[in-house]
Amino acid sequence: MLVVFVVLALLPQYNHGYTVTLLTDILRYAILTLAWMIFSGPTNYMSLATAAFYGIGFYIAAIANGPVPFAVAIIIAGLVSFVVALLVGALTLRLRGVYFCIFTFALTLLIQNVVLEVERVVTHTRGRFVEAETTEVAYYAMFIVAIFTIAMAVLIRRSRYGLALQSIGEHEEAAAHSGINVVRTKVLVFAASAMPMAMAGAIIATQRTYIDPGIAFSLQSSFLPVLMALFGGMSNLVGPIIGAAVFTYIGELLLTEFPDLYMLIFGVVLILAILFMPNGIVGLAQTVWTKIRGSRRSAAEGGRRAPA
Amino acid sequence: MAAVRDIIITGLLLGGIFALVSVGLSLQYGVGRVLNVAHGEFIMIGAFVTFWLFSSINLNPIVSIVITAPLIFVIGWLLHATLFRRLMHNAPNLDVFEGQSMLAAFGLLYVAQNIARIIWGSQTYQVNYMNTTVTGAQIPLNRLVALAVVIVVGVAFYLFLARTRMGKAIRSSAQDPTTAGLMGVDINSVLAICFGLGLAMAGIAGSLISFVYPIQTSMGLQYTVIAMIVVVLGGLGSITGAMIGGVILGIVSQLVTHFQPTWTMIAYYVVFVVLLLARPKGIMGK
Repeated sequence: MLVVFVVLALLPQYNHGYTVTLLTDILRYAILTLAWMIFSGPTNYMSLATAAFYGIGFYIAAIANGPVPFAVAIIIAGLVSFVVALLVGALTLRLRGVYFCIFTFALTLLIQNVVLEVERVVTHTRGRFVEAETTEVAYYAMFIVAIFTIAMAVLIRRSRYGLALQSIGEHEEAAAHSGINVVRTKVLVFAASAMPMAMAGAIIATQRTYIDPGIAFSLQSSFLPVLMALFGGMSNLVGPIIGAAVFTYIGELLLTEFPDLYMLIFGVVLILAILFMPNGIVGLAQTVWTKIRGSRRSAAEGGRRAPA
Repeated sequence: MAAVRDIIITGLLLGGIFALVSVGLSLQYGVGRVLNVAHGEFIMIGAFVTFWLFSSINLNPIVSIVITAPLIFVIGWLLHATLFRRLMHNAPNLDVFEGQSMLAAFGLLYVAQNIARIIWGSQTYQVNYMNTTVTGAQIPLNRLVALAVVIVVGVAFYLFLARTRMGKAIRSSAQDPTTAGLMGVDINSVLAICFGLGLAMAGIAGSLISFVYPIQTSMGLQYTVIAMIVVVLGGLGSITGAMIGGVILGIVSQLVTHFQPTWTMIAYYVVFVVLLLARPKGIMGK
């Protein structure tokens, strides 16, 4: 683990250009996926609001980067997103299951429309220009936010909040009866998990010279983290990062090789991945592993084990 | 006064289309548990097939429903029989299936949009059909025709659900799939038919939209969101609720459009939030 960190930290010294951009992109999706998992993993509340917070980051970068230093702009993005998530969470987290899912899906589109309308009325434009940063600066910023996200994921998981979330996911009424302040836990963790999303957005925005609501609030940023988390497996923190790396790379490859067919091929890959690897790459590895060890032993052992 | 009358009438007409779209989505989720985020894409396909038939062989858009509806029904049936059925049988529980099927639907959205963009590009089109207003009111004739079609389809669907054997099977599967299966209902076939029917309704709505509003290959998502809002307003899985919700949203839409057209999307959402917080299970929810 440490070796990986050191290699990632030193990489831009030896490698320039495309590799760094690609790694920044992978880190971005790793952050979005991990942040999504912090809340949605244990609670089973499937949030599709990732793109909303991510897009807020874009706009904070467009407004604040330049007037204030880049680092401050990133932190502001995190804080604004925290406050927005707190408000949204307080309003809507009593919704459950598919209602919550639909609500968050629509929330992204609402914020997109509000931003579009505000720009139309106030600035009379459709998009904005963002003060650019070099690829190296963006990479290191993303790297630091990634470490921040991993640390947050580990800390929340190990804290009282992690256990509380787990029990909310298993049985919400029982959790409430055993003295957990269900609403406060859900809202706080939801808001905390929105911070890294906006931070990643603020960094990526500096790599695009021009942004508009369609780019900033693209639904892809809501759905891909769910896919990556499912694909990587949600039982640990490494799986989602692998999932993010695999799909970012596939996406990048398709976008450069077949820009006109990108959505078609990516859509098919997505469907096939869900169809043939529903338990993700970790589940696949487990299946292969049990096959190697011989079917007799695994039948005795695995028969009683819950599916991953 | 005339303005109020026009808002109510056009709202009702629009609401009819919304209701049709939403009943389709409600059918897919209420019976099959598939939250189909690609629902609107099939509206787009219906609209473009209608446009294509109209511009190439000058086929009447109403008549083209006879082609679009069965075509999209077959697509939906095949999708369920291959993709969603397999997901359902492999998923350990319903929550996992709902998540996976929604992601798969997102994949479908990508595929459908890309194919449509290859064929039709990203320009805006409109089918010019019965574009005259009815005397006395500012109501275009084509909207009245669209509403008539919606009513016919709605009544036919209601009779189908209430009177036929298949309708009974669908209703029982929506209530309790396991018991329905034990009573001899072929669940797999019912679910595939429901999914196909849901999409076919999206296709019919698409045919109607093609001569009422301008169409683009990127139009689907907007209707998916409207359908989701309507379905939640009416109560998930409730067909009557979806119809009432559709009409409410249609009138709200026209009311807001009258004052500030760019605010409609925001207005939908405000209605959505208020109703969701006041009555989370929807108007007709249990």
